[in-house]
Amino acid sequence: MIRALSAGVCALVLAACGGESPPQTVTLHDDNPVNLSDWGLVTAANGALELGEGVTPYDLNTPLFTDYAHKLRTVWMPEGASAQYREGDVLDFPVGTVITKTFYYPRGTAPGRVAKAPETASERAGNGLKLDQVRLIETRLLIRDEGGWRALPYVWNAEQSEATLQRGGAVKRLTLEDEGQPRDFAYIVPDANQCKGCHATNNTTREIRPIGPKPRNLNKTYAYAEGAQNQIAKLVEAGYLVGAPAAETAPALAVWDDESAPVTARARAYLDVNCAHCHNPAGPADTSGLHLNVEAEEDAHLGVCKPPIAAGRGSGGHTYGVTPGAPDESILLFRMRSDAPDIMMPELGRSLVHEEGAALVEAWIAGMDGACRS
Amino acid sequence: MKKTMILAGLAGALGLSACGDGGDQSAGPAQEADASYQDTLRTALLDAQPGDVIEIPAGKFSFDRSLSLTTDGVTIRGQGMDETILSFADQIAGAEGLLVTASDFTIENLAIEDTIGDALKVNEGKNVVIRGLRTEWTNGPDTENGAYGIYPVQIENVLIEDSVAIAASDAGIYVGQSRNVIVRNNRAEYNVAGIEIENTIGADVYGNVATENTGGILVFNMPHLPQPGHTTRVYENRIFENNTRNFGAEGTAVASVPAGTGVIINSNDAVEIFDNEISNNKTANVIVSSYYTSGYTEQFDTADAFDPYPERIYVHGNDFAGGGGSPDNMDLQALRVLKFGPTGRLPDVLWDGYAREGGADPVLCVDNGDAEVMNLDAPNDFSDPRIVDGGADCPIEPLPAVSLAAPAP
Repeated sequence: MIRALSAGVCALVLAACGGESPPQTVTLHDDNPVNLSDWGLVTAANGALELGEGVTPYDLNTPLFTDYAHKLRTVWMPEGASAQYREGDVLDFPVGTVITKTFYYPRGTAPGRVAKAPETASERAGNGLKLDQVRLIETRLLIRDEGGWRALPYVWNAEQSEATLQRGGAVKRLTLEDEGQPRDFAYIVPDANQCKGCHATNNTTREIRPIGPKPRNLNKTYAYAEGAQNQIAKLVEAGYLVGAPAAETAPALAVWDDESAPVTARARAYLDVNCAHCHNPAGPADTSGLHLNVEAEEDAHLGVCKPPIAAGRGSGGHTYGVTPGAPDESILLFRMRSDAPDIMMPELGRSLVHEEGAALVEAWIAGMDGACRS
Repeated sequence: MKKTMILAGLAGALGLSACGDGGDQSAGPAQEADASYQDTLRTALLDAQPGDVIEIPAGKFSFDRSLSLTTDGVTIRGQGMDETILSFADQIAGAEGLLVTASDFTIENLAIEDTIGDALKVNEGKNVVIRGLRTEWTNGPDTENGAYGIYPVQIENVLIEDSVAIAASDAGIYVGQSRNVIVRNNRAEYNVAGIEIENTIGADVYGNVATENTGGILVFNMPHLPQPGHTTRVYENRIFENNTRNFGAEGTAVASVPAGTGVIINSNDAVEIFDNEISNNKTANVIVSSYYTSGYTEQFDTADAFDPYPERIYVHGNDFAGGGGSPDNMDLQALRVLKFGPTGRLPDVLWDGYAREGGADPVLCVDNGDAEVMNLDAPNDFSDPRIVDGGADCPIEPLPAVSLAAPAP
């Protein structure tokens, strides 16, 4: 009786203290546990989404657009293991690495709604998230096994207390408040096979791999709970990364919405992150001959004066992928501005149009010199 | 070891009877689609192991999102193209009905209906068999329909047989960038392109029926792709009355195909068209054209990897009848009247007139009874269209038959 009572008091104290409790220990599983909390990576507790011990958050200079969701990305490695730095490629992560990406929204003004809004410090609780500020949708895991990477989608319950494995994906009906205007849409959690649709960036080997954590996209400052620091330096300091140069000498991808940076660099960064997992010379969309990776030359393979191959209705009645100076006549932008499943690009991972991303690509095409023959 | 999974699903599903009226679903009794089966099939695709046979019972099953298969060596089998129907009429997400990124794949005896985008896409791999599959947009020809019905791309060894493709807004059967391909005994109707072979090396297209499409059978090459195509045999097909208006989206390669085209070769090399019945295609029974008359303005020179000219097109032994009497193009219509009179018809073979300057290879040889060839003189703004010698004595050897390197799995 007394023990039970004291346990209750402890629980109350812990809740009051928020993030003061010791972090959960991460457990590596070679099976696929049903509950996300079994991993100890990101767990709902004490009114927050808390990060487990050694779970390090990170961000990207230019992220993938997913229906205006915010994303909390983390990486964790087993004791003593570290990733090898690789320029121009994702870090070479050791066996046992687990990467998480939690998709969430700021809460809207009306109950049950979510909001289109920039990320702010007010949604953060330490390195985690304040659950009274956000609505968690899903957490995707990438686990580095001996044989390669495994991808698992977990979907958060309505109570925001647990996410469960849903390999078949899910449809979440959401209402997004955009400058006060509510908009209903179907947020799609991809199924485990569809994870490979993006993460098998080479459609011949079909090896699943992370996409974001390349040095150029990691090379930025992050506001950790313990203070702001460059992410590459932080990973080195944490023992998670070896072989890295000083951050100032490492490449850095443009920040897509940093208006002080050149439009071309930002647009190419945006296309690289949002398109090049398929649109690269070995990717699933090499069937189109359209290569949107940041390394691609600015020629027909970048869409410039290039006719479509199998776009179907996706051509929008336009003749070329990119018509310099004429964004409204460019198939690439037409497909970014669409939310029809057979027209829009990317094919997977969004139901809404990324207006700001489309505006960037519009500005890039508008500013391009040259013309296609007519 | 093979494992067969009978995805019987609900007993109720078995009770749903198929229309069984020979492929014309719109004429059959309305059938309620079963949405509860979606998770069963999706889970089977996620859990599939090499060698598995995923057997789908008779019934009409509804899906709201694309399906995806990523495991090699899987067979998906229904109970017949009119008995097992995967309906995507309620689809809200996904660019295909079923997307396969795997080798040694067989799909047979079922239908995929009313997808938002492509019905079946198989993207890169080896040894793909598509047999007794029906892909259909049940509303008939419509620009809003998905682009492709049956769409293998970048596959080595493809067999498509005994299948039916209806009302795709681009091509009913579209084989792209593949190698060693057999397309036989299929039926393609009410598509923009009935059967299209594009950037493919080694294709045999025979025993098919292509009718009521905009263009019956297309053999195309497009630029900027890893593989230029060549060596296609189109034979013993019935290609008639492909007179459906072009409902393809502007900007696509097929948008330039005039309604009423039997067979059209564009920019491709080594194509042999023989022993077909080709009739009553109102623009022309056969069109041989270059990239320069396909609606694009890009220019290529000999240093480029892409060859925009058709070469070594061999036409012989076909049974031509009718056709060319009402071309879907004002200039061609005027030309017809001018050259052949108000009730006359254009010759069986139209050639746009583009040829590589000084090229050693003949563009085409037509050794086909009294079939005539008209050079449209497109390079000179169609100023001097004329009947030309088809080059019946030109030295084009018949092409070898395709053999699928691996036995059909």
